[in-house]
Amino acid sequence: MQFLREQLDKVEPHFHKGGKLEKLYPFFEAADTFLYTPGSRTQSGPHVRDAADLKRTMIMVVLALIPATVFGIFNAGYWEMHAANPAVQLASLTVPQIVEAMLRGAWAFLPMYAVTIAVGGLLEALFSVIRKHEINEGFLVTSLLFPLTLPPDTPLWQVGLGIAFGVVIGKEVFGGTGMNILNPALTARIFLYFAYPAQMSGDLVWVANNANWVDGFSGATPLGTMFVHGADTSQYLYTWWDAFWGFIPGSVGETSFVACLIGAVILIATGVGSWRIMLSCTIGMVLTVLLLNAFAPRPTHYMAVSPQWHLVVGSFAFGTVFMATDPVSAAQTNLGRWIYGFGIGALMIMVRVLNPAYPAGIMLAIIFMNVFAPLIDYYVTKANIRRREVRLGLQ
Amino acid sequence: MELINLTLKAIFVENMALAFFLGMCSFLAVSKKVETAMGLGIAVVFVLTLVTPLNNLIYNYLLREGALSWIMGAEAAAKFDLSFLGFVAYIAVIASVVQIVEMSIDKFSPSLYAALGVFLPLIAVNCAILGASLFMVQREYGFLESIVYGFGSGVGFWLAIIALAAIREKLKYSNVPPGLRGLGITFITAGLMAMGFMIFGGIQL
Repeated sequence: MQFLREQLDKVEPHFHKGGKLEKLYPFFEAADTFLYTPGSRTQSGPHVRDAADLKRTMIMVVLALIPATVFGIFNAGYWEMHAANPAVQLASLTVPQIVEAMLRGAWAFLPMYAVTIAVGGLLEALFSVIRKHEINEGFLVTSLLFPLTLPPDTPLWQVGLGIAFGVVIGKEVFGGTGMNILNPALTARIFLYFAYPAQMSGDLVWVANNANWVDGFSGATPLGTMFVHGADTSQYLYTWWDAFWGFIPGSVGETSFVACLIGAVILIATGVGSWRIMLSCTIGMVLTVLLLNAFAPRPTHYMAVSPQWHLVVGSFAFGTVFMATDPVSAAQTNLGRWIYGFGIGALMIMVRVLNPAYPAGIMLAIIFMNVFAPLIDYYVTKANIRRREVRLGLQ
Repeated sequence: MELINLTLKAIFVENMALAFFLGMCSFLAVSKKVETAMGLGIAVVFVLTLVTPLNNLIYNYLLREGALSWIMGAEAAAKFDLSFLGFVAYIAVIASVVQIVEMSIDKFSPSLYAALGVFLPLIAVNCAILGASLFMVQREYGFLESIVYGFGSGVGFWLAIIALAAIREKLKYSNVPPGLRGLGITFITAGLMAMGFMIFGGIQL
């Protein structure tokens, strides 16, 4: 460890003003603070004494994402094997088969992840060199979130294009980390969603397919079956517990409710994610579903699907835990967070059930509420100021 | 029910500012602060709710083919088709309504008049207003429908402009690249907002 520190200290002068590599200072800074706690202190007030700076916060999110990532990799591989050979069943998986599933899943996921890191990281580094700001760990979160929301068979050039849009238009033109108005990973995802609807539509099962094994595999997604059979659960292809554990086909990271729950616990325990947003999202979702249930014309109608199914199917949990709680683009005030989360939950169900064009609405719902988050904050702050003025007798 | 659907459609699905990109001039120019955006938004709601049904009456009873039958009988009226005068008539109505509204607000509520300030006359040249009238003609809305449609489009515009204003107030603290400061970043923001509004894109009401 001492050796590493000495090496870093030795090269440091080159990166300072007047040094040979002055322009590349962001790279040095990124490597240094990734390995060690930064030595610098806040120059002007207010000061907060805390070891958790932006970098540590972002690393926490990455840690919280690991269960979802590992499970997603396994799940993508499993469905690929299942598609190639229906004899491969979940209940009778042997250890070598589990390993094979992991490898195949990694083979589908890692190239997307690599492209995301390469393209997004390059653009991020380019911006930080030209605009002289730090390369930020925030990108680690964005670059992991983005491929997790993609179907495993997304063409790699689309992955690159998407993340380029997300990083440049979604974040860097606003001045970089902490200044964007929409979640960059979601911006990238939505961009692909509207630009290439053929690959991203989401009404068929998303299974990585390799021409050597099988000519693709298509069938209804869990959401698709819900759309057809409504509350008639006997007709579903998957049980509730399948959906709860995540053994259903779908985008890489989104299928497992449990993995998202573990992530939620980590985020809430470390104080990185807002429990208010997660809770109000769920409340908004449940209330809207109950409202729709009351108006469902017949039990087999999509409107009659019960809340516990909506909870585990699709990417509700993933979006709520990891994307709605993005501290930059979410509402900043506590009351605002309740409103913001409630809006996401309610809108998501509205879109999922009532808008036939988009089967899964959570991403769009979050983007929509991101747009309104500053307005919510504005009026919450306003109301607070007025209340205090009245209390002090100024008004 | 039909009318409620039309209102929701006008507010969200066919948002004047973010789906049709009408009224961009005031949308971008008067969205620096939430307060003023609020004033303009309310004024737009008010004027749209008044103007669209008025123009509907003018179109149905004066301009369109056979519309004059209430004066001269169906046969003679069938010869007249004045709809080519549409643009002129609608603009005249909009300008005069804005003028009357301005004068009456000045008379009855000087405080609101002061708050709205220059934005009230500006509305006369807001293309969202003319757009609503032209859509109303094109889609052959009835009188009630045009009231509801005018109100809905106004509320949609109001919602979009205060949201943009709140974002821009937040953007004041952002380190936007120098070349994009001001209108440049506002255009990008409006584009991203439109992406958010596409959530309602496929809803059939």
